[in-house]
Amino acid sequence: MRETVLLAATNLGKTYGPGCHECGNLTGPDKGTNICPRCGTVVALRGVTFELHEGEILGIVGESGSGKSTLVQCIYFDQQATEGQLSLKGYEEQENVLHIPRTEKRKIRSRLMGMVYQNPLRGLRMDITSGANVAEKLLEAEIFHFARIRARTAELLASTEIPSAYTDTFPRALSGGMQQRIQIAKALANNPPLVLLDEVTSGLDVSVQARVLDLIRELQRERGISMLVVSHDMGVIRLLADRTLVLKDGCVVEDGLTDQILEDPQHPYSQLLVHSTL
Amino acid sequence: MGYVAVQGGITAIENSQKLNRYLRLRGTSSPLSVAQIMEQMGPLVDRVMSEGGLYSPFHAALALKQASGDPLEASFLVRAFRSTLRRMTDSLPVRTDQMRILRRISSAFKTIPGGQLLGSTSDYEQRILDFSLAEETEDVQEEAVREFEESARSPTQDAAPLAPQDFVKVVDILRAQGLVAPPPATEQRPAMDITQESVEFPLGRSGRLQMLARAETGGVLALAYSSMRGYGSVHPTIGELRVGRVQVRIPHPFRAGETVTLGSIVVTEVEIVASVQRPEGEEKPTFSLGYGACFGHNEVKAISMAVLDRAMKSPSPHAPAEDQEFVLLHTDGIESSGFCSHFKLPHYVTFQADLDRLRDIRRNDE
Amino acid sequence: MSLKDLLGGPDFRYNFAFLDEGAKREVRRALLKAVALPGHQVPFASPELPIARGWGTGGLQVTMSLIGPDDVLKIIDQGCDGSVNAVNLRKLLVATTGVRTTFDSREATLMQSRHRLPEIPMTEGQIAVLQVPLPEPLRLVEPSEVETRRMHAEGDYARMWVSLYEDVVQNGSVSLSWGYPCRVNDTYIMSPSPIPRWDLHMLHDSEHLTLLGAGREKRVYAVPPHTSVRPLEFDDIPFTVENFSGMACARCGSTDTFLDEIYDEKTGQPSRVCSDSGYCDLVTQGMIRARQAARA
Repeated sequence: MRETVLLAATNLGKTYGPGCHECGNLTGPDKGTNICPRCGTVVALRGVTFELHEGEILGIVGESGSGKSTLVQCIYFDQQATEGQLSLKGYEEQENVLHIPRTEKRKIRSRLMGMVYQNPLRGLRMDITSGANVAEKLLEAEIFHFARIRARTAELLASTEIPSAYTDTFPRALSGGMQQRIQIAKALANNPPLVLLDEVTSGLDVSVQARVLDLIRELQRERGISMLVVSHDMGVIRLLADRTLVLKDGCVVEDGLTDQILEDPQHPYSQLLVHSTL
Repeated sequence: MGYVAVQGGITAIENSQKLNRYLRLRGTSSPLSVAQIMEQMGPLVDRVMSEGGLYSPFHAALALKQASGDPLEASFLVRAFRSTLRRMTDSLPVRTDQMRILRRISSAFKTIPGGQLLGSTSDYEQRILDFSLAEETEDVQEEAVREFEESARSPTQDAAPLAPQDFVKVVDILRAQGLVAPPPATEQRPAMDITQESVEFPLGRSGRLQMLARAETGGVLALAYSSMRGYGSVHPTIGELRVGRVQVRIPHPFRAGETVTLGSIVVTEVEIVASVQRPEGEEKPTFSLGYGACFGHNEVKAISMAVLDRAMKSPSPHAPAEDQEFVLLHTDGIESSGFCSHFKLPHYVTFQADLDRLRDIRRNDE
Repeated sequence: MSLKDLLGGPDFRYNFAFLDEGAKREVRRALLKAVALPGHQVPFASPELPIARGWGTGGLQVTMSLIGPDDVLKIIDQGCDGSVNAVNLRKLLVATTGVRTTFDSREATLMQSRHRLPEIPMTEGQIAVLQVPLPEPLRLVEPSEVETRRMHAEGDYARMWVSLYEDVVQNGSVSLSWGYPCRVNDTYIMSPSPIPRWDLHMLHDSEHLTLLGAGREKRVYAVPPHTSVRPLEFDDIPFTVENFSGMACARCGSTDTFLDEIYDEKTGQPSRVCSDSGYCDLVTQGMIRARQAARA
């Protein structure tokens, strides 16, 4: 793996269902479906290959059902990819981290990755306070010094512009925008080199969206974190991503510099996306 | 004629009843007397009084005889009988602090004012089958009774005569130290009567305790057990368990300010002290309380009631035992067994409808 | 064994220590596994006994599986040999084994206890058997057995730590009182049974073997001698024990034992006495000197 590559995916695939030899031929962007008509298998991802460099933001854009969320979930080990390889800088013992033991995957998730979900219910525990949500990440990394946890939690919440009065409040009492900020604070807790963001602003009001996006950009610039940003919204991608992958029906149909894709989309689907951007 | 459900088969039903009676009586043993059940099956009679919601050992024993020992069936008989009786008045609140103690223990402290009284309990009996009971004759009975009564008349030097006295409630000791909060003002409302008013959720504590008081022992035990085991952990310490006789008094019908004592009943009362809580607006945390009381001597039920009372007060309920509706709607034995049994009624019209739907869906698939 | 014996006539004899030999072997195998994996809960069949579930059947099965005719047995409940339940369990074991019993913890080869360890530290060759109501320390944060097993298997203890963290945020310190969760051998988190914080240090690097039995929950686990047992604590908030400062036992004067708070039966007056009645007796009878006592 080259020096500056943080994450490398080769031929990632994810299917749901029994599978048959026609699945590959009968699904994909040119067939306009990701469900195999013969066996009913959903081919959510197929042959996805890319590299993410240090300090880079890679956008992943596509409509619902394109496989973009599945991709990020496979990288974060929420789902088990059924095919392909994934390598991560910082975990070089294994060529392919997709098949390491669960205890090892948990270590990677806690120290090398951060994740922000579209739905805060997935990313936060509602039965503990906002501060405790962030503290959980630190405790996972075996930091057992109370004052330090408290201080670091305060620091992280401050950096995501959450008023300190909310530290001991339960997330369900806070707005959607606030909940996303808590998720971001949590994702950054152990200074991971990689943060995954899955449609993080999709459920928010436009003005709130803008502020959260600004926050993400600023944090990324300050800390040089690599990011994978998933969105169906080209506007969000344009704002954040240096390079972009366009997904359709589980496959990558175009990939390149975000600016280039926006100026001059090659694939008909990319053209559709770009031209329908508000 | 065979049993054909919808057409009634009156004859079959009558024959079934005759068969029940025949099966109960055809053995070589002599008919059970109601007195035998009352005297020798005390806990079972107490359970039926409690679940039937009627304090009368005679009627509970009779119901048990009629039901051939089935407690759900017997409680049902008692509950139904209750509906035909005239309600004359409500008694004054029973004073359990004036209870004539038959048994009194506390797990919270090793010794308590008034002392711990083990009383009659099987708690420390070893569950080893006693085969000599298969040969218990009237002679053996007379001898056992005589022996006990003699030893009671001439106590050993250790036994101190226990005159009726007021036993300070253990919970009051904790209250005096401010470790248990006084009952909240919201629960000082007049008690409701679940047998005469409709039950609506959220239900006040008076209604909740009433429902628990006549709930089925196994049902409340199961739910309380879930709470004790971890589904909403209530780790109770029994502040006090007391079993004994309390007087039932009513206001004098025409002499204002006076009371009439109707008699006494045996009740089991349990107060548990559970985890630390921070009541709204109070500065200092206290223990939380759970309360359970039922007719007769039934400790498992009273303890389970107390645990559920506490669980249902939980500020953020998420376990089944903390959910009022879940606990109270599913623990009445008469309702639950009735509904369970109703599935034995003919359901072929509804089933025909289901068959039709399934066949239709299967056709759509082809 | 004749048919009459099987049907349990008046001449029926129970097996030595009540349990049948097959059941005892199963328990011993489970115990060996438990000793090999300190702090790890090992399941076992746990058949019913004449004592009720929740009253010490786990501890009892361990004792029954280990006891031999030459053992010297001590049984305590809340630290006291005379407590009703201890008396009851002792009755059953003596009736089915005929072994010698003692109230002096120094003499016991096997000591079964509910909720306490003796004030005089146990030595090599002694076995402590603790009765456990709730063996799963993670039950505090997770009701499902399947999930807690996974958490132990993966060393995924973050949620446990989060609950301690929240506790400190709310209350200023960890409010867990008895059965304080411990890390055993730097691996598994274990419940030490409902012993007070006071007793925890006696499990750490002990000379004796500690076995823990949960009959109703059907698990056994163990802390071998010289094993590290550390209560879960934050680096900057040290674990503390119960506070008895300024108090002394009204019987023997000890100021360094776990004290029971009692209210006089006749006068209602409060006072304090050693929970470990065996220890208190030895001091009061002048057989040993109190380690630390108030001046008379």
